[in-house]
Amino acid sequence: MVLLNDSASHIAPMPLLIARGVHKTLGKNEVLKGIDLDVHAGKTVVFMGGSGSGKTTLLRCINHLATIDRGRLLVDGDAVGYAERDGKLYELRESEVARRRAKIGMVFQHFNLFPHLTVLENVTLAPRKVKGVNAKEAEELAASLLSRVKLGDKLGSYPSSLSGGQQQRVAIARALAMKPILMLFDEPTSALDPELVGEVLDVIREVSDSGMTSIIVTHEVGFAREVADDVAFMSGGKVVEFGSPDQVLGAPTDDRTKAFLQRVLS
Amino acid sequence: MSRDTITTAKTREPPEELIVVPQKHIGRWSLAAVVILAISWVGYNVSTISVIDYGAIPRYLFNPSVLSGVLLTVELAVLAQVIGVVIGIVLSAAKLSGNPVLVWLVSAYVWVFRGSPLILQILFWYNGILLVFPRIALKVPFIDFTVFDIPTSSVLTVFVASLLALSLNQGAYMAEIVRGGILAVDRGQTEAANALGLTGLKTFRYVLMPQAIRVIIPPTGNQFLSMIKDTSLISVIAGGELLTTVRDIYSTNSLIFELLAVACFWYLVLTSIAYAGQHAIERRLGRGYLPVTGGF
Repeated sequence: MVLLNDSASHIAPMPLLIARGVHKTLGKNEVLKGIDLDVHAGKTVVFMGGSGSGKTTLLRCINHLATIDRGRLLVDGDAVGYAERDGKLYELRESEVARRRAKIGMVFQHFNLFPHLTVLENVTLAPRKVKGVNAKEAEELAASLLSRVKLGDKLGSYPSSLSGGQQQRVAIARALAMKPILMLFDEPTSALDPELVGEVLDVIREVSDSGMTSIIVTHEVGFAREVADDVAFMSGGKVVEFGSPDQVLGAPTDDRTKAFLQRVLS
Repeated sequence: MSRDTITTAKTREPPEELIVVPQKHIGRWSLAAVVILAISWVGYNVSTISVIDYGAIPRYLFNPSVLSGVLLTVELAVLAQVIGVVIGIVLSAAKLSGNPVLVWLVSAYVWVFRGSPLILQILFWYNGILLVFPRIALKVPFIDFTVFDIPTSSVLTVFVASLLALSLNQGAYMAEIVRGGILAVDRGQTEAANALGLTGLKTFRYVLMPQAIRVIIPPTGNQFLSMIKDTSLISVIAGGELLTTVRDIYSTNSLIFELLAVACFWYLVLTSIAYAGQHAIERRLGRGYLPVTGGF
């Protein structure tokens, strides 16, 4: 627990997510150039930035869908893909990575529902096969989560018969079914028709309001302003501005943030 | 059409409902008539050939040795197909593992077994191996102790050689089919499963394989149809399957045409059953997917 003495830990509880000097290179391209970030439990943080700014890569590094080259990236005190020993990060066995990932929910841009399973089975698969929850209990939880995302009447449907907005709401229920301590949303509305964006944002807002720690990558400035406790603006693989939505989106000080907002809002 | 009718059509109210008159298809019907006549003529001529003993066909359909040939054909085809699928899954997993040695070995295997004639492979496993390795033995090196030492022919029977040849050959084809099926599943499926905490094996079992199966089943069904027919190649080593039995029978009674017709009947029965089975499985696996237009 060395980190409790770190300079950043001025608030009493340890942040749920801690990033320090996270570096990541894809091919010859350095995508993350030293990310420092804290996300406290119960908060909602929105990552914004232009394409290629590294926001999606950072999100994927958090649950080890992407590896990091250097730095420290801790969720609930553990590096998801690594064990830290003698100042080095050792890659963990697959089963241990899976165990740590199970605590982190992820929602993808393209939903990635399992097309061969019904809506109910999509939501019960991981609790049953990863946590070993029995069928009845898993189905009860799934049914209550699906009615929470207003899809209580679609339990037996297959994903292909649902609209994009409905599929994304199933995907959110599927992630929540693992009772995660952190939810990651990777551009959850970017693949949706404009008229379906609202219903998905409503569900994300509800999840965020319920006290779930959430990190959301999105281009929806209005939504970010409304739902975020903090906004991290990224550019060129760094967090160039971090603060309340009013501050980052309302009165940006960084030129790159200003330019981005001008492009998005015009 | 005259100028007159156009103007009247414009000025008048359109008639209440227009009736569509289907095309007459005169060409289609006359062609069909000609073809049917030609086939009847050929059929009539064949049926009056006195050297064909038509009564022999139904007589031999359920002849005990013909039936035993049918049974062996089914056994060989099913067993070789099952072993071939297992070989295919193992080889495709090896090829997808990324281990360069395994990738190279699998490629070499597929190259040899797909690139040479099956009939040659059958002869090779039966005749070739027996000549070169007359005995199979396991001896503990350095000390003079023999675990077993038996003549190869006692293990490598015609049946074992046939099974070996058919399944190893099928394995090469199945390896490529299974690999293609798994590669056809969207990359996002693996990511979603991993993000939920499923390990690689669980992802393979619950997410990738059930989806890959849909892609794997149709070509596998075709492979099985070919397998049923390819068992007839076993007759070159007198394997005792359907074609061997009818050949044995007609070599004594010279009813060549009649017994080949009997074999033909049984092969058609077997392939039809296999086809119906494939169709049923495909329909069952189609749940959750939108119907593909133009498919069968």
